[in-house]
Amino acid sequence: MDLPVWQAVRNELRPLGLEIVTVAMDTNVASAHPFIDAAKTTYPQLLDPEHSLGALLGIINVPMGVWIDEEGILVRPAEPAFAPRERGYGDVDLPEGTPQRMKDMLAEAAKLDVDLQATVRMLRDWVRNGKKSQYALTPDEVIKRSAPRPQEVSLAAANFELGQHLHRTGREADARPFFRAAHRLQPENWTYKRQAWSMVDPMQGPSEYYDSDWLSDVRKIGAKNYYAKVEA
Amino acid sequence: MILDRLDPTAAEFARATGWELKPEGACRGEVCIPLPKGSQRGDGRVNVASVAGALDMALVASDAHKLWALGPRSGGRALSTAVVPDITLPDRDGNPFRLGSLKGTKVFMCAWASW
Repeated sequence: MDLPVWQAVRNELRPLGLEIVTVAMDTNVASAHPFIDAAKTTYPQLLDPEHSLGALLGIINVPMGVWIDEEGILVRPAEPAFAPRERGYGDVDLPEGTPQRMKDMLAEAAKLDVDLQATVRMLRDWVRNGKKSQYALTPDEVIKRSAPRPQEVSLAAANFELGQHLHRTGREADARPFFRAAHRLQPENWTYKRQAWSMVDPMQGPSEYYDSDWLSDVRKIGAKNYYAKVEA
Repeated sequence: MILDRLDPTAAEFARATGWELKPEGACRGEVCIPLPKGSQRGDGRVNVASVAGALDMALVASDAHKLWALGPRSGGRALSTAVVPDITLPDRDGNPFRLGSLKGTKVFMCAWASW
């Protein structure tokens, strides 16, 4: 789990002027509580049950992060951001009786093309060098690197929000067509898909309600394309 | 933004979308988009259809539930300014935390989820 790993990074970099904030994008906040409670962090742990960071910043998967300087200016837009775990995704000791689907998902996760040390390496450089860091982007570059937002993305966000509202108010069946519409309109938005799939099946497997599932979709695009490459 | 009527107050609109209605138009950070006449009523309430049109925000209706959802501005990039929006989110115990309270410090904000 990443939260305690971020605490270790915070212990190292807080004295040098960096604060870490984690945000759980769980429609059902209670699902995030056990992880938050277990991590016992000294940095702020927030909840975003509305998935507002999608519309506000362009978060489309997790983990993704942004960098904000002392003046409240973004110096890196939403991009994949990895806790420097010692063991990679998919590298898990499986207990006996682990369902085959979970084994298949972890095998696929092991193929993700990620450098788990990159984010902390970049953060260390920024903390020491500030604006002179090669990783601190200008405002123009931040805007240019943020994801394109065609009308379909706005439509997807509105559909997802409506679905989420209906789900939360006990109208699950009514919510699903809006979730499906969001998935169709912005297929690259994994937070929309993973959130809706997990409401039906914690393993985000196939169901009668959705046209896709995590394993099939990752295999379709190729695990190496699951997270965008982080450019310096 | 979830709406049960198409004329929220300007404060509700700003809180949910990050766009403030000012005399020069709808503004976020240093960006201001001019709005057509009638976008804000005399009592200060916002004509959502008019503002949504000017900002290219999708407006999706659920007729059965008499609800609408307003999507973010489209037509450009996810960010129209590098000024971080005024984000306030609850902590574990439901207390609101304003990201702006960390001004003066570098911040790395990372999204995760239990799923």
